[in-house]
Amino acid sequence: MTDHIRAETLKLVRRPATWALLAIALTLSVTFTYLIPYAGYAGGTGGPRADRGLDALLPDRLVGNSIGGLPVFLGALMLIPGVLAAGGEYAWGTWKTVLTQDPDRLRVYAAKLVTLCLAALAGVVAVFAAGAPASLLVALAEDRPVDWPGVADLAGGVGAGWLIAAMWTVLGALLGIALRGVALPVGLGLVWLLAVQNLLALIAAPLLDWVARAQKALPGPNAGSLVAALGAGTDTPGVAALVGGGQAAAVVAGYLLAFAALGGALLRRRDIL
Amino acid sequence: MTAPVETRRLTKRYGAVTAVDALDLTVRAGEVYGFLGPNGAGKTTTLRMLLGLVRPTSGQVRLFGAPPGRLDGVGALIEGPAFYPYLSGRDNLRVLARHAGVPSARIAAVLDQVELTGRAGDRYATYSLGMKQRLGVAAALLKDPRLVVLDEPTNGLDPAGMADMRLLVRRLGAAGCTVLLSSHLMTEVQELCDRVGVIADGRLVAESTVAELRGERTLRLVAAPLDAAAARARDLLGADAVRVTGDGLDLAVPPDRAAEVNAALVGAGIAVSELRACERSLEQAFFALTGGGRR
Repeated sequence: MTDHIRAETLKLVRRPATWALLAIALTLSVTFTYLIPYAGYAGGTGGPRADRGLDALLPDRLVGNSIGGLPVFLGALMLIPGVLAAGGEYAWGTWKTVLTQDPDRLRVYAAKLVTLCLAALAGVVAVFAAGAPASLLVALAEDRPVDWPGVADLAGGVGAGWLIAAMWTVLGALLGIALRGVALPVGLGLVWLLAVQNLLALIAAPLLDWVARAQKALPGPNAGSLVAALGAGTDTPGVAALVGGGQAAAVVAGYLLAFAALGGALLRRRDIL
Repeated sequence: MTAPVETRRLTKRYGAVTAVDALDLTVRAGEVYGFLGPNGAGKTTTLRMLLGLVRPTSGQVRLFGAPPGRLDGVGALIEGPAFYPYLSGRDNLRVLARHAGVPSARIAAVLDQVELTGRAGDRYATYSLGMKQRLGVAAALLKDPRLVVLDEPTNGLDPAGMADMRLLVRRLGAAGCTVLLSSHLMTEVQELCDRVGVIADGRLVAESTVAELRGERTLRLVAAPLDAAAARARDLLGADAVRVTGDGLDLAVPPDRAAEVNAALVGAGIAVSELRACERSLEQAFFALTGGGRR
């Protein structure tokens, strides 16, 4: 198994798209979590939410700020490596090349998921690592105290962030396997994450009771509830405390396992053509 | 010795279409076995079933006497090479070596074997078709296999590349490796293979040595007057051995009787204008077995 994980890691690390996605994730995270809000505060632009406050940008809010994007836009970026890792094997026809070296599909798939989940953890840690100096700069520039979150809060935030990121990336792998390719799974995944989730939350749920109830069982709203419980601002898209943090974590973990199991079942059952 | 490849009533159906139909195939240890068939005959589906990529609808596959398990000792290149384009040739093999659990020292050995060491550090996407094909063979050799399955390994290769590939297959055979070679190139199979199996419409329609498939060598005679020549030939060789075809006679006797036939005809005052050894090419035999090769 270790050798399989090393093989998958080599593929992931050498893939230019991996680094491009990480760079985009970090840029977006720092830009929309710190740069634009700080510009709104410092420049007195008079935007409707320019009074969001300096407090939201300081180091003690690092956990909420770092994981606040995961229910929607960072989640969308986390989904893509999963699609690329699993769907790319169909697109390039490389499943047959790999599976003639080791025909145990579930072992190869498990190694792929472990590697993706490790990459998701690295991505979440990188977002924290990029947010920390940004918040420090804001505190120093505004002469505010630099109070970092405690280790337990940081660990809880990284853990929750990893759980959400892993869920999205494993969903990406499932879509890649189910649709045997890259383009359609990425497209459908992004439409779900960026459009359908918002439409359900902003248009359907306020009008229909059953949609509002169903929201409490869907992955995105539970991810939003989880990060809200850990301090993410509820003015961030996709962040809302619909359910408690414990329940949200359990639902997200359930989706992670369900996506993984479904992908494995499909890969094991279907012919490699 | 246990056969490296054995299938019993191997069948694959896709809905109403039967791609492979009750196929009984045996590849013996140490032989180069040619697997022939027109496009769409079921060759690649069969090979995919041997390797566990496609699940049979029914029937059995045995590799070295056991159901296909970890494919230990089995290497394969199926339907063209497929690798990660952003990785170098060497890194592609490194990925596969890790999946196969073989030491990385094998990578240099197989690169050397397919003469790709000089370009192994280049990205796969920059490779020519021939280099991609050679990398595919290198991947098939990673596990130092006792059985190599090669599906159309010369597809897209230039004449030099095809010659290199043939040489490689010969070397594998000479080294005692069993080779299952799927191809639709008759000359390739005729040159390389000890035995062949011919598949058409998913069914095995023949399995024998190349020589048996091509049939006995015969004589072709053109002479005048043809009636007299036919009568004299029947006297000499027996009625069953003489057949009038077109402007001449096909004589079902070994070519070493040519001088005897010629002397008898000339002695009878018949003018012999052509007398030559004649044998069916593998291609002719293939077309005869597969219905002219038109599907």
